[in-house]
Amino acid sequence: MAFKTIDLNMGPQHPSTHGVLRLRLAVDNELVLRVEPVLGYLHRGMEKLWESQTYVQAVPLTDRLDYLASLSNNLAYILAVEKLMGLEVPKRAQYIRVILAELQRLASHLAWLGFMANDIGAMSVLLYGFEAREGVLDVFEAYSGGRLTVHGMRIGGVPFDLDERVIGLVRRALDEIPRKVADIEGLLSQNRIWLHRTEGIGVLSAADAVAYGVTGPALRASGVAWDIRRDVPYSSYGDFDFAVPVFGHGDVYDRYLVRVEEIRQSLRIAGQALENLPPGDFRARVPRVLKIPPGEIFHSIEAPKGELGFYIRSDGSDKPERVKMRSPSFLNLQALELMCKENLFSDVVGILGSLDVVLGEVDK
Amino acid sequence: MTAHPLVVDFLIPVLKIAAVILYPLVMVIVMIWMERRVVALIQGRLGPNRVGFEGILQPAADAFKLFFKEDIIPRQADRFLFNLSPVLVLVSSLLAFCFIPLGESFRIKGYTLTLWVAESPVGLLLVLGLSSIGVFGIIFGGWASNSKYPLMGALRSVVQILSYEIPLGMTVLTVIFFSRSIDLVAIVNHQKDARIWFGFLLPVSFVVFWISGIAETNRAPFDLPEAESELVAGYHTEYSGMKFAFFYIAEYAHMVLVSSLVVILFFGGWLPPFPNVAALAFLHRIPGFLWYLAKIMFFLYLYVWIRATLPRYRFDALIKLAWKWLIPLSALNLVAVAVLRYVL
Amino acid sequence: MLDDLKDAPALKRVEESLRRRFGAALLAASFEKGELQFEAARETLSGVLEFLKTGLGFESLTDMIGLDLVASRPEGAGRFAVLYQLYKFPEALRVRLRVAVDDGEALPSVTPLFRAADWMEREVFDMFGIRFEGHPGLTRIYLPDEFEGFPLRKDFPLEGRERGL
Repeated sequence: MAFKTIDLNMGPQHPSTHGVLRLRLAVDNELVLRVEPVLGYLHRGMEKLWESQTYVQAVPLTDRLDYLASLSNNLAYILAVEKLMGLEVPKRAQYIRVILAELQRLASHLAWLGFMANDIGAMSVLLYGFEAREGVLDVFEAYSGGRLTVHGMRIGGVPFDLDERVIGLVRRALDEIPRKVADIEGLLSQNRIWLHRTEGIGVLSAADAVAYGVTGPALRASGVAWDIRRDVPYSSYGDFDFAVPVFGHGDVYDRYLVRVEEIRQSLRIAGQALENLPPGDFRARVPRVLKIPPGEIFHSIEAPKGELGFYIRSDGSDKPERVKMRSPSFLNLQALELMCKENLFSDVVGILGSLDVVLGEVDK
Repeated sequence: MTAHPLVVDFLIPVLKIAAVILYPLVMVIVMIWMERRVVALIQGRLGPNRVGFEGILQPAADAFKLFFKEDIIPRQADRFLFNLSPVLVLVSSLLAFCFIPLGESFRIKGYTLTLWVAESPVGLLLVLGLSSIGVFGIIFGGWASNSKYPLMGALRSVVQILSYEIPLGMTVLTVIFFSRSIDLVAIVNHQKDARIWFGFLLPVSFVVFWISGIAETNRAPFDLPEAESELVAGYHTEYSGMKFAFFYIAEYAHMVLVSSLVVILFFGGWLPPFPNVAALAFLHRIPGFLWYLAKIMFFLYLYVWIRATLPRYRFDALIKLAWKWLIPLSALNLVAVAVLRYVL
Repeated sequence: MLDDLKDAPALKRVEESLRRRFGAALLAASFEKGELQFEAARETLSGVLEFLKTGLGFESLTDMIGLDLVASRPEGAGRFAVLYQLYKFPEALRVRLRVAVDDGEALPSVTPLFRAADWMEREVFDMFGIRFEGHPGLTRIYLPDEFEGFPLRKDFPLEGRERGL
């Protein structure tokens, strides 16, 4: 029986599209010819909402963008606002922000690891990854009460100081996670089936990655050594000693390796920040009604998914005139078709998993 | 005194037939429970442990639920084939159990009670043939659903099963070189006389047979045709209610069948281990049937363990594994065993 | 803190190269908070971006931002502005190009230069209604195709409209 090309639809309800993403595929027997993502199922009009909320009210909304890494969204927005205001944030607050942001990176990458392994069939790794993630979520819960949408940063600093209990939980997480990640690596990294499913699949060249605006682990897996924490340091990242993993093949396996290595580096950074926590205020003084003189700013950070940026234009009132979010998952997803071409249909799921897209961020 | 003819010619066969239907079904229930609990424990969770003692009634609860589900037949489906395929798949698995011997026969009141429904001099062939009829069920199911995903899943499934039949058959041949018979009871008895199990004599055959067996039953890591993350549920996507339950039961029954074959062909069926060691002679007092059960449970556990641990093979790699590795390997194995058998 | 003044000499050089090349077509250039922002006219947009990419090495289009300035624009300027945020990787230089465009006017699409612009332009079109000529497939990206109106325009109500779509 000969097949002409089949049009297949994956999603928006599908166990492996990681959210409400719809993919329209044209498949010739098993080979993928075309991939067209259809977006907007989670579009909530955040940018319009931000225009009618004060700068302070907008912060909890940012939690809901990349909901698996809410503190990173908080940080990106708040840093942009602070840069627009010209506000100096106390050193202690900056260090606490680094600890929280790196723990958030751990949580995001561990969730990603679980989901990706599950998509490729190693179901137990999903639970091991989430079990490791629980250590981080315990810290967030003790700190601000939220596990997923943490809202753990404020304009000018952080909402609370790190007390004994939180520090204890952080130390426990930093101690236990390396062992659990080592277990997962033992199951996957050298496993024949895993290698077969990930090596050479979904290749993205460095030139293509830059052309498509891909950022984050996917960009580094393609060989471009760009990490905003190191290259345009913010929030005292320059004080810490860490490596930025860069691999050259740009395939699914390299994207996996980059993130696993980033987990290790995040543990390092958080450990250093915790050991060297300077004394001082954890929050700068910010007026109750925050009005920012007219101006505009674009600022971005290295979120777990890639470069997360905010453009803010102020008109002198207490509400911004325009807030635009530069979404890493949105642009990474654009490169999906290129990566899936000439690959088999079964690999689409793996490639999508390796991109680590979160629809909250894609659709705003 | 001999038993009454009515009992011998009618009642006992009827009881055996009932047993041969019930035995795999009971094993399926145990298997479903074991799978869910073991996979859960490997993953660091508990699994269903509320319904009944430690959750043993959970499969019954699931079956109960499926019984009451609406039976949906897609409008464009081919009704006859759609209804036929779950039946084909289940019946073929269950039928094969007629020829599986569960233990040694023993005498009651002068009558020899055999622990199998039928003994046939070509028992092995019948078992393999009957279980292959299930393939038709899969094709019909995928085709009759009239939908892309099930069709693709069914095609993949069929190609996979066909490809792995070949190494399966070739490894079975190596066993036959030694047993000189394809009667399953004779194969077990031969292992008893030879005082060694074929699994130790023919380790390569055992490993290839086991791998092929996993592929035959569409189980992980060869479960791409029904992987949820890819094709939703493969050839049984469009099925609901009892028909889906049939597919589900049939898959587990097939696993029990494959485990039974492995145990009979390679691990001595109902024979206790270490027959040569005098100190362990008490093992012979445990009935053969229990040994058989214990061995099957081990292989069923192995099925579950592998599923919880390994990622999934992509389809082309799956087929490559069969044609580039297992078939040449089993062919070489066949020749080597043949040569050694006649030389030694 | 966040302002890296060490960027300033490099950015000043960028500004000078642009002035030398485009002269009067470069409408305004300002430098604040560590960023170089300049404005170009609609007609010279492609040329300027091409020069920035191939001549000055700004290979990465980080973001495209649409603005509805109906409330705050100075007289005579276009209603909308589109901002192009560009990067040069190794030196971490950032430059922002601003183009004014009026209601009904279209901008040339920059997808031939920057593949990333594909979805970015679709988003600006979806939210503001600004068309991009030469785009490979300018359709809405977030909202359903049948949707009428452009939500991020200032005259589109926050709560949506009564009749839904």
